[in-house]
Amino acid sequence: MSAASPAGVLAIVGYYEEWWIQVLKALIIFAVGLQLVPVVLLAERKLLGRFQSRYGPNRVGPYGALQPLADILKLLTKEQFRPSTSVGVLFALAPLISIVTAVAAFALIPFGNVQNIFGTPVGLYGLDVSIGPLYLFAFGAVAFYGIMLGGWSSGSKYSFLGAMRGAAQLISYEVSQGLALVGVIITAQTLSLTGIVEAQKGMWYIVPQLFGFLIFLTASFAETNRAPFDLTEADAELVGGYNTEFGGGRFASYYFAEYLNVLVVSGIVTTVFLGGWLMPFGIHPPGWVDPIIVLAKMSLITFLFIWARATLPRLRYDQLMSFGWKVLLPLATLNALVTAVLVVATH
Amino acid sequence: MSDESPQPQSSEAAAPAAPPAPATAALEVTAWSPGEDVIEVQRTPAPGPVRGTWRTFRETLRGLMTTFGRFHETPVTVQYPEEKTAVYPRFRGRHKLHRFEDTHLEKCVGCSLCAAACPADCIRVVAAENTPENRVSAGERYAAVYEINLSRCIFCGYCEVACPFDAITMGHDYELSDYDRTDLIFTKEMLLAEPIERTPLRNEGE
Repeated sequence: MSAASPAGVLAIVGYYEEWWIQVLKALIIFAVGLQLVPVVLLAERKLLGRFQSRYGPNRVGPYGALQPLADILKLLTKEQFRPSTSVGVLFALAPLISIVTAVAAFALIPFGNVQNIFGTPVGLYGLDVSIGPLYLFAFGAVAFYGIMLGGWSSGSKYSFLGAMRGAAQLISYEVSQGLALVGVIITAQTLSLTGIVEAQKGMWYIVPQLFGFLIFLTASFAETNRAPFDLTEADAELVGGYNTEFGGGRFASYYFAEYLNVLVVSGIVTTVFLGGWLMPFGIHPPGWVDPIIVLAKMSLITFLFIWARATLPRLRYDQLMSFGWKVLLPLATLNALVTAVLVVATH
Repeated sequence: MSDESPQPQSSEAAAPAAPPAPATAALEVTAWSPGEDVIEVQRTPAPGPVRGTWRTFRETLRGLMTTFGRFHETPVTVQYPEEKTAVYPRFRGRHKLHRFEDTHLEKCVGCSLCAAACPADCIRVVAAENTPENRVSAGERYAAVYEINLSRCIFCGYCEVACPFDAITMGHDYELSDYDRTDLIFTKEMLLAEPIERTPLRNEGE
């Protein structure tokens, strides 16, 4: 049953399942993630509409519910166009990198703890590695190759500018994002995401780590290239930024990756700051409710993403840089330092 | 924020044609007074890093609350093909030709004044004599052919102004798209037909 043998593995994993459970879990998580993306897509368009006193899509299907399906169908049936100045292999590969890293990061989000399903203990997550946040940042760093290679290999000046902006932006904000998490990790004293959730039994980290939460959220907006930090796309200045030259299925991949990244970040914020599957006030619902709680909290953060997009105008490039380096980074460092001092002083 | 900004005092001190008094030299009296109707732009001092950050944060929250206020309002969208915007009573849409209500004779006497007035040259009238057997209009002659090319019409309304018998008026229909240009040439029968009022009219005070 519990074949726990951590020897000979790179990372110590909290719990080992049979291989077939792992395969099954991978399929289910991928399928669930795939189904969530069109929902977020529709939710964004509907909510953006409501924020601007209009309806949003309401023609395809009841209340426009089939709109994302129509969009995806349209994109997939379009011609696979490639500019003559592009670098072929990289041009085809770049959207794939984006999508693969997004899906890989999605595997880490815990939807619940280990539970008995028909007598078999199954952890409701893809992976529970002892290097959780590091894994996420590793894939976040690789994801930026998707954007940079895509923009560069297009052979167009707008794409190239978008890619360069993306590179600078992701590097600047990754630091603050990481430092914002350091506070939580110091307090929880574990790098496992399920461990971090378990450590929030007394109090969610949004309360003691409010600054960390705000910094992480802001940096995450930049990391996912969402408004007001969508300088890599910047429709007004750069046509479409890194994805200017992409159309059809490749553009759909970028689009998919963007929304999956929003979901991943929502999941991480939920896990790290909002207590994952825990309920407040000592309510202990049965185990099958856990994924629903996580999804509800995730949709809350996703709503925040859409809300901010409807509200905030895009930053100027120098504003972006000075905000990242002069405001966010010192605040994140201060937060980590103060947390460290407090943890040492109280223990 | 400091209330004592030096600018308003200096503008009062700078009376027209006043010699620079040495006592108020610290208030920087300008040699030329811009006059009383010049608006002075007063800026608050640039905020420091802490206050600037706080202000950015506060204004961001204010913006978020503003959009959230729109969120639970009813959308203002007009769902066009199902709902239509009401037009004003004097809106100039597709033309209509009229008959007398009692005799059902056409009002148009084929005088071609509308065609003469038309700046786009889109009206074509061919007149014919009324006969006792075939009496079409109330006058001496009638329009045997009356065509308006709506793909050329600019909806200026000069035709209805020119008409001495109020035979042609501008209606309210504005849904005039078609797949073929020849379909946009409206004949007399089409213009005379009972108008299908598809356009809602604005009420008074609306």
